[in-house]
Amino acid sequence: MSNKLNLKLTNSTGTRLIERIILPLEKISKEVVFDCRMCGQCMLQVTGLTCPMRCPKNLRNGPCGGVRPDGNCEVYPDKPCVWVQGIERAARLPVWRGRIRELQPPVDWQLKDTSSWINWFSGRDAVYPPGWTVED
Amino acid sequence: MERVLRSGQFAVTAELNPPDSVDPRDLYEAALVLAGVVDAINTIDSSGANVHMSSLGTSALLIRAGYDVVMQISCRDRNRIALQADLLAASALGVKNVLCITGDDVSAGDQPEAKRVFDFDSMHLLRTARIMRDQGVFLNGRTISVPPRFLLGAVENPFAPPLHWRADRLAKKVDAGADFIQTQYVFDIEVFREFMSRVRDLGLTDRVYILAGVGPLKSPNAAEFMRARIPGVVIPDSLIERMKKTPREHWRKEGIEICIEIIQKVQELEGIAGIHVMAFREEETVAEIIHRVGLYPRSTSAQNPTQSFSEEEVPC
Repeated sequence: MSNKLNLKLTNSTGTRLIERIILPLEKISKEVVFDCRMCGQCMLQVTGLTCPMRCPKNLRNGPCGGVRPDGNCEVYPDKPCVWVQGIERAARLPVWRGRIRELQPPVDWQLKDTSSWINWFSGRDAVYPPGWTVED
Repeated sequence: MERVLRSGQFAVTAELNPPDSVDPRDLYEAALVLAGVVDAINTIDSSGANVHMSSLGTSALLIRAGYDVVMQISCRDRNRIALQADLLAASALGVKNVLCITGDDVSAGDQPEAKRVFDFDSMHLLRTARIMRDQGVFLNGRTISVPPRFLLGAVENPFAPPLHWRADRLAKKVDAGADFIQTQYVFDIEVFREFMSRVRDLGLTDRVYILAGVGPLKSPNAAEFMRARIPGVVIPDSLIERMKKTPREHWRKEGIEICIEIIQKVQELEGIAGIHVMAFREEETVAEIIHRVGLYPRSTSAQNPTQSFSEEEVPC
């Protein structure tokens, strides 16, 4: 099969032309705007456009019980909890508002540092562990 | 413990902080104080990110002695492979109740230079444990020939921001697989009352057993320390003031008094299935509190330990 049609992703960056072009674009724009951590399975639409990978515990399903009374992070007392921000922002967003209540699957660390745009387009970011999808 | 909850009796659990020792007798000595006053003992998984004997180890020892345990398992120190492996081991060793938690961050503990894991969050762990139990498969779909049997627990902190979202987070945990909930320390009864009202509105009290976390304050300084240093603990100023006004020789008594008042208020709330008593290495105080609120004796037999092991039976 020619490389052009092969949508299967590899871990290394820049192995395919399309990735060599899109990855830097995605990385630069999302790092500047969202302080994105390039997990490769973007859920900004769920979290009111707040990157949950900035949470030191990498939580994908809401804030932990250690949030300080002032709304700041358990680990970094000077920084606001990303999930407190996410919940506020999601409520203000005109779309996707209820999605913050959905149970999110575990992170697929194989996708780290790959392009979430390509992964979304190819459907790779919706490939969950087989056991996870048994119940739903 | 499952029997107590399902029969609708008021359940009592307590936390046991293992002594830093490899002699099981030290553990049994601490546990014996709780025998008879609780339905199950929580074995902690290096809580506060301070190293202690693992909860799998303490659970196995306590089960051998006839106790029912709630084994804490946290996502801080293990990835998904180790978590599933330990869940399997726990069930094989006789653990019937598992408390799935995210865990305090390593920065809260005595070895803050450690690498944090957090491969899963508590919801991932809950759902994975439920998949293992109900579907009889690992997360990758591979069959477990004899699947584990667990009552699955989770924690919730009704006092951490965003307060309005805490009941929704509880709902998410119930969806993920929680059968019972143990809450963070309740010191602010008004906030807790509001939380419970929202929990009832969401219809969660029919789907999950909620055990309210309680515990005594030791001194005004200890209260200040808990509030400042233990993640997620919220103590209203009025209680700290009350402790400060108390003469030093009555601190312990007043702390217990406050705890009993809170338990009585919690018992009046609709939808509370029990209490979970926490007091760091203060098992006597825990037993005294449970006696004084009239929750003793317990009707289950799960807490009748076979007393001490003979020398050769003690695994070393």
